[in-house]
Parts: sequence; C-alpha cells; structure tokens
Amino acid sequence: MSILPRTGAASGADVLIALRHVSKSYRRGGQIIPVVSDITFDIRRAEFLALMGPSGSGKSTLLNLIAGIDTPDGGSITMGGADITRLPEAELADWRAANVGFIFQFYNLMPVLTALENVELPLTLTRLGRRDRRERALLALDLVGLSDRVRHFPSELSGGQQQRVAIARAIVTDPTVLVADEPTGDLDRQSAEDVLAIMQRLNREMGKTIVMVTHDRRAAEHARSIMQLEKGELSQRVELPHD
Amino acid sequence: MRLLLAYSLRNLRTRKITTALTAGGMALVLFVFAAVLMLDSGLKQTLVSTGEDANAIFVRRSAEVEIQSMVDRRQAGIIESQPEVLLGSDGAPVVSKEVVVLIALPRQGSGQTSNIVTRGVGAAVLTLRPKIHIAKGRMFRPGSNEIMIGGALVGRFTGLQEGSTLRFAQRDWQVVGQFDAGGSGFDSEIWGDNAQFMQAFRRDAYSSVVVRLASRAGFNSIKARLESDRRLTVEAKREGVFYEEQSRLMSGFIQILGVTLSVLFSVGAVIGATITMYAAVASRKREIGALRALGFRRSSILVAFLAEAMLLGMVGWVVGLSLASLMMLVKVTTLNWASLSELAFRFVLTPGIVLQSLCFAIVMGFLGGFLPALRASRMKIVDALRAN
Repeated sequence: MSILPRTGAASGADVLIALRHVSKSYRRGGQIIPVVSDITFDIRRAEFLALMGPSGSGKSTLLNLIAGIDTPDGGSITMGGADITRLPEAELADWRAANVGFIFQFYNLMPVLTALENVELPLTLTRLGRRDRRERALLALDLVGLSDRVRHFPSELSGGQQQRVAIARAIVTDPTVLVADEPTGDLDRQSAEDVLAIMQRLNREMGKTIVMVTHDRRAAEHARSIMQLEKGELSQRVELPHD
Repeated sequence: MRLLLAYSLRNLRTRKITTALTAGGMALVLFVFAAVLMLDSGLKQTLVSTGEDANAIFVRRSAEVEIQSMVDRRQAGIIESQPEVLLGSDGAPVVSKEVVVLIALPRQGSGQTSNIVTRGVGAAVLTLRPKIHIAKGRMFRPGSNEIMIGGALVGRFTGLQEGSTLRFAQRDWQVVGQFDAGGSGFDSEIWGDNAQFMQAFRRDAYSSVVVRLASRAGFNSIKARLESDRRLTVEAKREGVFYEEQSRLMSGFIQILGVTLSVLFSVGAVIGATITMYAAVASRKREIGALRALGFRRSSILVAFLAEAMLLGMVGWVVGLSLASLMMLVKVTTLNWASLSELAFRFVLTPGIVLQSLCFAIVMGFLGGFLPALRASRMKIVDALRAN
C-alpha cells in the first residue's frame, strides 16, 4: 500500500482527468457552506478510483463536478486538454453524452422503457442507426449477463439486475470515464458483489476509467486506488495492491 | 427522438386515470368545438347546395330573399327571352318563374305551428335543377291543385305525406309526390304549379325568375345587360351565391358563439393539462435528472414534455371528434333567419373540421404543457437526481 502526496497530482501522459484548485460551496439560509475546498488531483487513464469519506465530506459533489453535472465555483477540470468548467450548457450535455457513463445508487432507469430500450437510450444521442443501436445495446446487456431480460421492464427486475442494466446503459456509448455514485448502496451483499465484479472486469479487461463514490470499505477495496475526503479536502490517496 | 417520444407516450399510458381525466376535459372542449363547426358546415352545405351555379336567379333589386322580392310578368318575359338562356329540346327557354309564400303548418307531436316555404314553380323546374328527383309518386300536373313535398318535411308536420290533402290559401291541395333535393334547402319546401299558387295567394307578380344559362360564362353578360336595362328593377345572382349569402348571418352567429364557448371552455382544459403535467414533472424529477446526466439537452427535455402534453391533447381530440362524429346521425331543424321558414339539415364533418380540431387539440396541449415542460428543462441536474 503506498500513500501518495496530499495533492494527488500525477505527472506523465497517462493523466485522463486533471482537477486543479477546484472548490464548490452552497448557499443555505444566507450562509455559504464550503463543500469542496481547493482540491487538486489527477485521475489516470484506466484507473479505478474509489472516493470515500464520511457524509458531507464532499465526495458526491466532487463526483458530480468530474462528471460535468455540476459546475465548480473556482478551479479547472480538464479532460483531454479541454476545460469542461468553461463549456456552455448545451456543449457540456454533448460532452457528457460522449464521455461519461453514469451508474447511480437508485439505478434511475426509465420505468416505462424495457431493459433494451433503457440501454439504447443514450445511443439515440449518437449518429448510429436503429439497427446498430439495437446491436450495441444487446451486446452491452450480454456483457452484464442480462441477455435473457432484454424485454423486461425495470419493475420486473431485481435491484441487482436493474443496476446491471444501468451499467450496460453506462458503457453502451463506450464513454471515456464511468462515474458511479454509491452503486451498491441499495443492493444486498450478493448483488453488490456481482455489480462490483462487473465494474472490476470493465476496468481490468476493457481498460475503463472508473470513479466510484462509496462509503462501503469492502466496495472500495475493489478499486485500484482509494481517495479519502474529509470536510471537503483531500486527506489521503491509497494505491491498492491487486494481482 | 423516437425513443424519447415512446417514453412520453408510455408515461401517459402508465398514468391511465390522470390521463383519462385530463384528456376527457379536453375531449369535451373538442366535442363542442367540432360539433359547432359541423353544425355550421351542415347549414352552409344545405343552403349552398340549394343553388346551382349554372343557374341565374333574378330578384327585385336589393331584395335579399325571395319573400321580399317581386318581379312582374312583363319583366319576367324580358328575362326569359335573353340569348344566354338555355333552350330546351322543345325550343322553349329553361326557366322557372317562381312565387314563394310562407304558410304555417302544425308540427307533428307538439302541434305548434312553423313556417314552411311554398314555391310555385314552372314546368321546367326539374330540368333547371337536375339534382332534384321525384322520390315517390309523381310530379304535379300544371294547372291543377296538386303539390309535391320535400323529403325533409315528411314526418315533421301533421298529415304531410304522399296521398294526403293539405289546406292552405283557402284551397285543398292534393299531395301527389315527394321529391328528394339531396339534403338541400328545397327539401324543406312544398312545390306546386306557379300559376295556381299565384291565383290562390292572390299574387300578380313572381318572387323570382330562375334561368338555366347556356354557358356559365354567359352570366356576366346577362347580368350586365339586364341590370342596366331601365325597364327592369332586377338584380342577377348566380343561384349558388344567392343561397350562400342567406347562410352568412346564421353561420356568422354560430361560429362566433361556438368559438367563444370553445375558447372559454378550453381555458379550463388547459389549466387541467397544466396541473397534470406539473404533477408528471414533479413525480419524474429523478428521471429528468438522469436523462440530463446522460447527455440529453434542456431542449430535448422541453420537447419530450411538450410532446407528452400534446399527445394528451391528441387523445382528447380522438375522443372528442369521435363523439362529435356521432352527431352526424342527428337531424336538426331550425328557423332560417333569412327566409323565416323552417330549415332541416344535418351536422357535417369535413376534412377541414378534422384538421381544425386537431390543431386546436395540439395548441391546448402545447399551452397546458409549456410551463411544466419549461420547469422540467430548467431543473438543475444535481437537484433533480436528489429528489425522492
């Protein structure tokens, strides 16, 4: 186990996402509450990073900033040399569609669409034709072991199966980075293990960069590195040994 | 976009009761809207189809209807001798010099009296108006006390049927036939020999003179010549235009009343749709957040929710128009404000009404869905994803 410097900034060409002096605060009842304070670190290509920390430590906010669904008050977040904090709203949406795959705690599948349609949904933002979209969606569902559930609606699936559909939806566009916010938080132990195993496979075999927020130490141990946040600040970054 | 539209449509299907209630409100408005237009269309069709464009009608200058008009025998003789008038196989001009008088007859059932048009016509009337044919019995004999009745009168007035005897103008008239005027205004009239009617009603002038033109283009020359002839006090109109003008007053009233009512009702339906769509947005915040996170732009969310509201309007349109189309089975009788006689007609659904009501439905859906859709598209992704 190795402890990296507090800033967590790496050097070299393998840096995928670079955060520099990122800060974010919320206004509540006339008071400004800092949530993320002057954070600087890098995420390497093909990294599986777990963000941990107690409630209110700012880990989900940090994830939202990396994913481009929230904007920081200060600092920069660059991916492939482009600063996403400077992108206008519509371009940021396009950037998300092309670069980010989301896995949410409560799956957030569209209840009125089948598993296949849910997975196909992000592909409607691409130029792919209907047949290609279907093929890719089926492939993604096959990858998460749900090729026999393609016509099922979310309400007909277990929590673990729904989360696997959500993973298929997240990877179907082949995004640059997968972000997962407490992906096992609503699952039983076995389902959680299945989901984490899939994520681990995506990282190791397919080289997917994954940033996962979790408060579960056992879930975090599936990652390659763990970053600890406390009161909006980066406290430590730990590289985990994996064979 | 197809999948996003499927998402909107299925959401409507999922919320069956709310959808049914909201669409039901819209359906009622669309029913009223379409029914009023159908009523107007039926009235117009009945009156407009009463006239033939190949016919020219001559009435006294500035008379709007035949009962206000008088054309004396001398003037009628000049009109029928014009070169533009078609000559029949017997070499005689195809002309009907007509006398129009209102009589009151008791209605079947209620016993209350209503005005009926009696029209004394010339022998060439069926050549002049080829759409009209004898449906039962036969044509009256010229110079006799025989009459024919229009199909729309049968069953509506006491004792008015083929074979019965009718008393008016101090004479008894034998009903020898029933004619079918194809749903036009003539269907609500009684026809007899013009000479007999003039005698019985003590008239010494015709109400109008209708001529068949040898060619449609001949209308302008006959009109120009006769209207400038100092011996005459007549005005010429194409027969179709003459009857269309009679429909304008009632048609205008029906349209203004109908559209005003529909617009007032639609305010309620739009508010209903707005409430429904606000509820839909509130209950699907997390889905909206997820869609936005996946990369759907604000505009896509706006369009998806607007589409949902407009689909709601279209459901209302299908139901409302289906109900309104049943009105085609209903026959309406009303007082023709121009001639002050009773007129029977049906609700008529035209492609134009289908299209107009569809547009109205879509506009209602759009207005009802706009603010909720705007709210959905403007949600902050992070806040939407946190919603319970």
